[in-house]
Amino acid sequence: MSTTTAPTAPPPTPPSTPASAEVHRRPAPRSRWPRWGTVLGWVTMIVILLITLFPFYWMLRTAFSTNSELAAQAANLAPAGFTLDAFRRVFGLTTVEESLAQGGAGGQINFWLYLRNSVIMSTAITVGQVFFSAMAAYAFARLRWPGRDVVFAIFLSALMVPGIFTAIPNFVLIKELGLLNTFPGLVLPTFFMTPFAIFFLRQFFLGIPREIEEAAMIDGASRARLFLRIILPMSSAPIATLAVLTYIQAWNEYFWPLLVGQEDNVRVLTVALGIFRSQTPQGGPDWAGLMAATLVAALPIVLLFVALGRRIVNSIGFTGIK
Amino acid sequence: MAVITGAAPVAAQGRSSGSRRPRRYGDLRSALIFLIPATIGFVTFYLVPAVRGAWFSLTEYSVLTPPVYVGLDNYERMVQDPLFWNAMKVTTYYVLMNIGLQTVLAIAIAVLMQRLTRSTIIRGAVLLPYFVANVVVALAWFFMLDFQMGIVNVLLDRIGMEPQAFFGDPALGLPTIALINVWRHMGYTALLIFAGLQMIDRQVYEAAEIDGAGPWRQFWSVTLPLLRPVLALVLVVTVTGSFQIFDTVAVTTDGGPIDATRVVYLYIYTLAFGQLDFGYASAISVVLFLVLLGVALLQLRLMRANDSDTN
Repeated sequence: MSTTTAPTAPPPTPPSTPASAEVHRRPAPRSRWPRWGTVLGWVTMIVILLITLFPFYWMLRTAFSTNSELAAQAANLAPAGFTLDAFRRVFGLTTVEESLAQGGAGGQINFWLYLRNSVIMSTAITVGQVFFSAMAAYAFARLRWPGRDVVFAIFLSALMVPGIFTAIPNFVLIKELGLLNTFPGLVLPTFFMTPFAIFFLRQFFLGIPREIEEAAMIDGASRARLFLRIILPMSSAPIATLAVLTYIQAWNEYFWPLLVGQEDNVRVLTVALGIFRSQTPQGGPDWAGLMAATLVAALPIVLLFVALGRRIVNSIGFTGIK
Repeated sequence: MAVITGAAPVAAQGRSSGSRRPRRYGDLRSALIFLIPATIGFVTFYLVPAVRGAWFSLTEYSVLTPPVYVGLDNYERMVQDPLFWNAMKVTTYYVLMNIGLQTVLAIAIAVLMQRLTRSTIIRGAVLLPYFVANVVVALAWFFMLDFQMGIVNVLLDRIGMEPQAFFGDPALGLPTIALINVWRHMGYTALLIFAGLQMIDRQVYEAAEIDGAGPWRQFWSVTLPLLRPVLALVLVVTVTGSFQIFDTVAVTTDGGPIDATRVVYLYIYTLAFGQLDFGYASAISVVLFLVLLGVALLQLRLMRANDSDTN
């Protein structure tokens, strides 16, 4: 630390008056910001929050508008010509004529089918990946065997491989197995593990005291029993967090489903959105319909996020770099 | 970065009756059983494909007929392929714009959060865009930046500026997509940096304050230097991700106008799944992989060179 004084001294705050923030004894670093600095900070923060959240509001507002009114009231903060028509088009509740009259594409989108497909794919990936990664993490964290750390490093090295590098051979493999346009084809590559999932759970398993396991071992419990009855229940919080993160990631996946899930019966929402966008009339896109579709596609994730926000927020950080 | 291993010191005496196996192998048998599913996944979908991808890059392969070995032809073709160089150039520009702005904003948000509030709601709010699908984000901005109907152009018009064709103008397409992804990722990056800020000992700030350093001075002389290792790690993650931009481009401009946004991921995708040129596409993937590896190693080396002792 240099002991030179700052060239630009902050405006001196009279030391006799206690800063108002001192009342709420927060554990924040207590360097006294000059009052205008705090105000400026909050203004910046609010601007950032507005920029962050505005697009979500704009999707919502547009989804409840009519296409004809949207053009006339492009800057209206409220829905332009409030209607549920856009959602009716998305859910396939309109006839082709109605849809065209409302400025839609007239094409049928099997929204419910794509929603179902997204749910099936995301659920299968989450269940498999979390459970099998937990098994592997157990072997890396709680068992002692020769070569353990080397094998772990090899597994972890897969993190560095760009997705497209393995996507091409994986596509060929799925094709050879005859699994194109099937759920197994969509799910398999991430069903057994991802390096991140193993790494994430291993960090938590490392923190469980050994005595607990050793006591159970003396009672003659098997490894499988230990894992299922002690380790998993004790780690329910990180496992739930990982499950939520995995689910969201699977739900948002676009690239892989685009390659192997082109047919209707396995098409997921993200891919359907891309197609919906390319089908929309070129001259005057069905903006209300597009926004309604994106909103509905994002809704499950937003709800999940609101429900489990604290857990997700607290999972972002460095697991075990200290 | 300390590596934590789970092995507690081996207690030599009084081993529990549970040691039925010879000590030399420890729990090898159990470990093998526990690792079966993950190993199947790793070998089938990571290891073998990586080897196969490298092999495809040395072949002429259109999926319909078996691969034919052609040596380094694909790599020679790459050197003379203007579209490849364009893709590399476009991707590099994109990464520089995207990462530059995103990192500065993320540090600002992280410092603001640390100074002003511990609120989970605010942290959640800045994180929200990161958890919404790229496709959704791309479509939302596609509408907001539309030439005629987009709110951004309406506002530009109100303040007397020309409306812009954000996705249709070759000069604007790439910066626009970079900005959209800054919007999506800055909160997530900020939270990573925020976690790093939490690790800085408060006493350092107190000492700086006693020395008479104001908030700015503290930021430049204390926060940034101590944040370096964390920042380097965050950059490895964000730069690697940034190089792999695909969804946003595919949904909005599809590489246009006139290849101005044809990033390398999209080029590979078009070659493989548009023209069934799997050999050449694999060769470019190999190069991308090597570039990413090089960038990551370089960053980690810089990190080690600047390793500050945070503890």
